[in-house]
Amino acid sequence: MNNRHTVEFKVNGEARSLEVFSMARLLDVLREQLQLTGTKEGCGEGECGACTVIIDGQIVNSCLVPMAQVNGCEITTIEGVAGGDQLHAVQQAFIDHGGAQCGICTPGMVLAAVDLLNRNPEPTEHDIRNGLAGNLCRCTGYMKIFESVVRAYKK
Amino acid sequence: MRAFIPNYQLTTPASLAEALTLLESEPGVWKPFAGGTDLMVLLEAGRLAHRNYINIWGLNELRGIEATDTHVTLGALTTYTEVQTNPILRREFPMLCQAASETGGLAIQNRGTLGGNIVNASPAADSPPALLAYDAEIELVSNRGSRWLPYQGFHTGYKQMHIDPDELLARIRLPRNTAGLTHYYRKVGTRKAQAISKVCFAAVGKTGQGKLMETRIVVGSVAPIVVRCVQTEAALRGQRPDEETIAAACASLVREISPIDDIRSTAKYRLQVAKNLLADFLATLRT
Ligand SMILES: Cc1cc2nc3c(=O)[nH]c(=O)nc-3n(C[C@H](O)[C@H](O)[C@H](O)COP(=O)(O)OP(=O)(O)OC[C@H]3O[C@@H](n4cnc5c(N)ncnc54)[C@H](O)[C@@H]3O)c2cc1C
Ligand code: FES
Ligand code: FES
Repeated sequence: MNNRHTVEFKVNGEARSLEVFSMARLLDVLREQLQLTGTKEGCGEGECGACTVIIDGQIVNSCLVPMAQVNGCEITTIEGVAGGDQLHAVQQAFIDHGGAQCGICTPGMVLAAVDLLNRNPEPTEHDIRNGLAGNLCRCTGYMKIFESVVRAYKK
Repeated sequence: MRAFIPNYQLTTPASLAEALTLLESEPGVWKPFAGGTDLMVLLEAGRLAHRNYINIWGLNELRGIEATDTHVTLGALTTYTEVQTNPILRREFPMLCQAASETGGLAIQNRGTLGGNIVNASPAADSPPALLAYDAEIELVSNRGSRWLPYQGFHTGYKQMHIDPDELLARIRLPRNTAGLTHYYRKVGTRKAQAISKVCFAAVGKTGQGKLMETRIVVGSVAPIVVRCVQTEAALRGQRPDEETIAAACASLVREISPIDDIRSTAKYRLQVAKNLLADFLATLRT
């Protein structure tokens, strides 16, 4: 049985066409075929958010998305968040305010925060906690992450 | 261990008609794949026994929320995010919105669907209690036609339900009869986001002249299926929600549910929490 299919999509603005297994996880294709290793794998089952990417304007867990569902979509990974050399305000705030320690959760946290601020430019603490509820961090204790998000939009 | 990906097939039909024809032509070979938030977890764990899936995620026929004077109808692919942002649902069916907001985190809410939640048939699922309390009906479609049935009774046992292999769940319909009802929804779990329920309780009720005119009481995670507690509802009809009534209702509830010990909780805890929530719900109707 030939389960490989051509899937066409955009990653960080660039058009891609790949031969992939229809059930291959987007996470693996990003990391292994496209060498976009900023997207991390934590749990592989939707619990931790380390694999967060934005598909057509919504955050998703790329470990739960099979390639057949990516055809025709626009994807933003952590590699596409900065504008050239200019870091996104959220990225800069994470650096300035200790929002990252080991860094495994950081790409997912940053994307979830970028998505939150896109939808809600002045989130309350409750909104921030809700927006990041699907992203786990084992290092920071979250307070520095919440603070970084606040600093990013109060800048 | 993880599954061997090349063994799996996820085919994408161009239309609902094409999906139904595929389901009909090879009975039992194909199963639907919606947001994947249940199926991909099984895949990762190496526990996805079935191999061939139809990707229904792109089928617009199964999307959208529509309202008439009498009903709100939701496509089976309606996501938790779509539920929470719909103004009519927020106004008239707040328990469904609350269930959606307490399901997983945002990334799950963007992808997980109501149809998937229903057909996945977990007794710990969080939307079914709200849907049952709102007297939902569901539409199953196949090349043989369409049939509407009450959601109540659809599940017959653990992961057992009245759906044929050539059928898809297409729509969910809620009667707009919630004016004047008190809505009471509580998900009890270890953490607000991402946690699976230990007990999930959804109820609506109405009093007139101090007496209970109508209640609909549903409890999840306390039996092989989510339970609409019809005997307890019957026992409450026409009563004043006083201490005596509450005690009798709790006694009745205990006969209708059969919680078990598992990794998330114990039977004893679940029973006590279910009784407490029922008592609290009835107390809110007292004034
Ligand atoms: C991290 C995480 C947290 C979660 N938290 C919760 C939670 O708090 N509460 C909760 O209730 N659930 C939770 N879930 C479970 C899951 O997200 C929900 O059950 C979701 O609604 C499933 O929908 P889906 O579209 O992703 O289903 P899928 O995985 O695509 O499918 C699930 C099942 O339904 C069948 N199916 C899907 N659509 C149809 C259809 N239209 N017709 C016929 N059959 C169909 C499929 O064949 C499959 O058997 C969680 C999952 C994860 C990974
Ligand atoms: S790796 Fe995807 S959510 Fe943890
Ligand atoms: S910085 Fe290490 S997990 Fe968050």
